[in-house]
Amino acid sequence: MYSVRQWSVTHSKKLGKFYDLFESVLIKLHPLFNAIGYERLEKPARIFEKAVKGFLFDCQMCGQCALSSTGMSCPMNCPKNIRNGPCGGVRLDGYCEVKPDMRCVWVEGWRGSSLMQDSNAIRQVQVAVDFSLKGSSSWLSVARKSAAAKALHDQTNEVQS
Amino acid sequence: MIAVDDNHPGNPLLKKEGHLSHGRFERVLRAGHFAVTAELAPPDSALATDVFDRASVFDGFVDGMNATDGSGAHCHMSSVAMCAILTKVGYSPIMQISCRDKNRIAIQGDVLGAAAMGVSNMLCLSGDGVQVGDHPEAKPVFDLDSMSLLETIRVMRDKSTFLSGRKITSAPQVFLGAASNPTAPPIHYRPDRLAKKIAAGADFVQTQYIYDIAQFKSFMAKSRDLGLIEKCFILPGVGPLASARTANWIRTNVPGIDIPDAIIDRLAGAENQKLEGQKICIELIQQLREIKGVSGVHIMAYRQEEAVADIIQQSGVLGDRKPWYPGCEVQEKEVQEKTA
Repeated sequence: MYSVRQWSVTHSKKLGKFYDLFESVLIKLHPLFNAIGYERLEKPARIFEKAVKGFLFDCQMCGQCALSSTGMSCPMNCPKNIRNGPCGGVRLDGYCEVKPDMRCVWVEGWRGSSLMQDSNAIRQVQVAVDFSLKGSSSWLSVARKSAAAKALHDQTNEVQS
Repeated sequence: MIAVDDNHPGNPLLKKEGHLSHGRFERVLRAGHFAVTAELAPPDSALATDVFDRASVFDGFVDGMNATDGSGAHCHMSSVAMCAILTKVGYSPIMQISCRDKNRIAIQGDVLGAAAMGVSNMLCLSGDGVQVGDHPEAKPVFDLDSMSLLETIRVMRDKSTFLSGRKITSAPQVFLGAASNPTAPPIHYRPDRLAKKIAAGADFVQTQYIYDIAQFKSFMAKSRDLGLIEKCFILPGVGPLASARTANWIRTNVPGIDIPDAIIDRLAGAENQKLEGQKICIELIQQLREIKGVSGVHIMAYRQEEAVADIIQQSGVLGDRKPWYPGCEVQEKEVQEKTA
């Protein structure tokens, strides 16, 4: 919902903090997810994630959430799907050139980012979207990927010692 | 074995040390000259001579011409083809690439193909939305954005791989450009976004029309503070306004272009508005030139292309320098013989 989306940007600081906490919980839950099976969890997780993030951010389920780097303003709501915005066509009042009734997703993003703890995250270049992940749960993906990264890290340490 | 005529102007120049491309445009900028580029309107035809006709109006006045890629989401001759045609006779076109109409597979293919034909400069854009063009019913692609496009071509050039990681046997040696709009919201963060583009791979930047010098000065001040002018050549965009009515129309209907009231009032008060618009453009060029970190200007004279040479001439920014154009050597020789 548009008004909730605006609210989320305004409260990006709190939401960002909550998101960090939530992420660490997700990572801790990896053994449990693993025991149940990520494939089996994918569908319920996707439905749950879509409901929560759809409500808060008008999330489009790109499957590679970048909200913490975009001021809690979902970049996939940009009609040009720009992940490193805003483009040069922003109207002088801060509205979108394609959808004149919508605030530019990226004007909002920079606003949200300036309020957040890590206001530099938005300054990092976001790589091209992986469209093969569209529709999948990025929360599960975060848990799985960080567990895999941790395993790799431990392995290298073991080899080195 | 294909015979190569060493003296043919269409052949790639020798790549100088520290240069990224074989092109003339990069040479001009790296030599520290004040560079001039102009927007080249692509024809709605299948004739190469139409491309030459449009390019030749800039002969002797510009260092590079931007071949637009479906600008304003209108269909025209493709920028790849225009650049191939122009490069063949020695021009140094800047190939614009928009993310609106092609996905990453098509774009990377075009980059290789264009580079193979000698195109040395590429400018990465996200592109206008399809709704403003003549095919609003078209499917917008936007697989990449301008930033990830810059990074894609930079990786192709510097690491010799596609975005997929697959090896490229001979990398495209291109000078990479980006666009910037210093006068669109969020104005305070525009230099930060430029920094991102430079991090992604931009070697030069051309901006949207600048009519508010004070605002552009503060953009440049912040860009200097961020250390951007050492990493990137910045060419602000300028263009003659045909009349106060046109200026008003642009301001209301073209998102992202800010024209101050003072300029519109000055146009409205002039006897010959078109001439006044050109005069304003000349003054803007002269003022922009004085700003530290400005390496040249980019002239977008939509439907006033024939006025560009005069504008540049009167601005005096080229000094004694005459940018290369096909046949300039012959003409210079003739002039020398006449005077001798």
